[in-house]
Amino acid sequence: MTKNNNHSQRGVQPLRKSLTGIRGLDEVTAGGLPTGRPTILSGGPGCGKTMLAMQFLARGAELFGEPGVFIAFEETPRELLENFTSFDFHLERLIARKKLLLDYIYIERSEMQETGEYDLSGLFIRLKHAIESVGAKRVVIDTLEALFSGFSNVAILRAEIRRLFRFLKEAGVTTIVTAERGDTNLSRYGLEEYVSDCVIVLDHRVDEQVSTRRLRVVKYRGTLHGTNEYPFLIEDHGISVLPITSLGLKHTAPTKRISSGIPDLDEMLEGKGYYRGSTILVSGTAGSGKTSIAAHFAREVAHRGEECLYVAFEESVSQITRNMRSIGLELEPFVRNKTLCFHAARPTAYGLEMHLLEIHRLIEELSPRVVIVDPITDLLYGGSEVEIRSMLMRLIDHLKTKQTTALFTSLNSTGGNFEQTEVGVSSLIDTWIVLREVEITGERNRGVYVLKSRGMAHSNQIRELLLTKKGIRILPADRGLLGVLANSARFDKQEQETGRVNGGREVGSAPRPGKVAIRG
Amino acid sequence: MKARTSKRTADRNKAAGGRDGIFRLRLYVAGQTPKSLTAIRNLQQICEAHIPHFTIEVVDLLERPQLAAQDQILAVPTLVRKLPPPIRKIIGDLSDTDRVLVGLDLRPAATNGQGAA
Repeated sequence: MTKNNNHSQRGVQPLRKSLTGIRGLDEVTAGGLPTGRPTILSGGPGCGKTMLAMQFLARGAELFGEPGVFIAFEETPRELLENFTSFDFHLERLIARKKLLLDYIYIERSEMQETGEYDLSGLFIRLKHAIESVGAKRVVIDTLEALFSGFSNVAILRAEIRRLFRFLKEAGVTTIVTAERGDTNLSRYGLEEYVSDCVIVLDHRVDEQVSTRRLRVVKYRGTLHGTNEYPFLIEDHGISVLPITSLGLKHTAPTKRISSGIPDLDEMLEGKGYYRGSTILVSGTAGSGKTSIAAHFAREVAHRGEECLYVAFEESVSQITRNMRSIGLELEPFVRNKTLCFHAARPTAYGLEMHLLEIHRLIEELSPRVVIVDPITDLLYGGSEVEIRSMLMRLIDHLKTKQTTALFTSLNSTGGNFEQTEVGVSSLIDTWIVLREVEITGERNRGVYVLKSRGMAHSNQIRELLLTKKGIRILPADRGLLGVLANSARFDKQEQETGRVNGGREVGSAPRPGKVAIRG
Repeated sequence: MKARTSKRTADRNKAAGGRDGIFRLRLYVAGQTPKSLTAIRNLQQICEAHIPHFTIEVVDLLERPQLAAQDQILAVPTLVRKLPPPIRKIIGDLSDTDRVLVGLDLRPAATNGQGAA
């Protein structure tokens, strides 16, 4: 039991923190909750306060060797244990090993006659007894405001609550106190005036029929913390918070390259392909060949024996493998030997956070060298443009920090501005490949060009893209006024120029090399 | 009742209106504080004045902290009427006699009348 000497000593002591063991929360708080101090956890009903608090204790006991006490005012120990059976907290085991104690305090709802002076020493005695019986370092009080409904003398209550927090600080236990969120205050009875070290607020709202949960560190005295709202999920490991990104742009620029899997495309990218660790966007209308480009890259990566994660939002795995087989791309063997890992999900099945969290989880689990998301525009169903952009920023940032190459496909609506994706993440993208459908003389052909590619002298030509039985071919641009000539027009042109008819779709006489522009 | 208790009995020859059965009262205190001593004194007086048959048991939570959890005691002092049923709880140092009697169901809440409810 250590006492806090921060006030008595003049020297600056770093704030000590206790890791929560809750994924993402330790990053948001830069190390956990203040050790030996109380933290208020506020939120409306059903926000997840009890869950977070219990997880704090369970992880503390299991991972950090800190036993805990859970003081419940609203649920009996049996009810609590029942509520948490589907999660991996192992509460019964911890209780049996005396690492966790659940204490239920029942407050008489009916008016108890108050016949004179009293104090809440009974509460203190119970708490002290509970803490001593397991040697607790962590305490949860859920919820302190229940005291207000049981006792009517507010002056005594406030005095005793102050005494309680002093007692907890002296006991050196890291405490979470839950509070019901009031309309204007963080807690219904203004608890935050007593606890000023750390305040965390949970929120649960339903937007467009999709429910989202958010967490925000409103206050954390003495430390730099993320002040944004961070989405979180409740799943069988308990709560997971979407991790924050680095506070600065500190990524080192990668210098190694990797082939796109399409030799003709590599040729448009200085002959070397993409930069490793960069972010590539392939945008185009429906059916323009985005998935094919993505699949070529996936195969290339897997073929080298590197792990690739392919997140598909539009087609099932078997659809993709079947479609790719028709252009000569065999993905099946790589799926079988697990170098290529597919994750297919309906975008509308879950909220945006759930998808992104799942992607994060898969990344943690698989440590892929390459991540493909096809398409990212489907995530628009999950939230507003601002939210998507910010979520994507975090994901991209996370990937760059890990030097993981990312390829996203993006669907544009027909007739729209090709060079603008709905999500507006263009500034985060290093290489942007645009696919266009071009209608000329009664045919629709696919055109492809590199809109930008940072750090390399990429081609600026619009070339024709063909899906052949042997994969994607990109034909070099021909001379002429038009960027892309339809096959028949090229045919005619060749006829005009050479006076001969060449069979099939052969490349014409050596084209004048296209202009090459260096774009930053 | 399990566990040894420190009993104090009082003069039972008061003739205030009859109640059926003995009153078993338990007073929870936390150490020998002024509040505890006041409560004990007040309790003694009220019982002698209004209750013909009673037993008082004083439990010091500092000596037996596990009883705080077992009997769900938060406020101190707390007086519990164990018999006759139903169980009644009163908190405070028992200075307000009227409230004590109401709490023990010896007097109806609204009126100032004497005698059993």
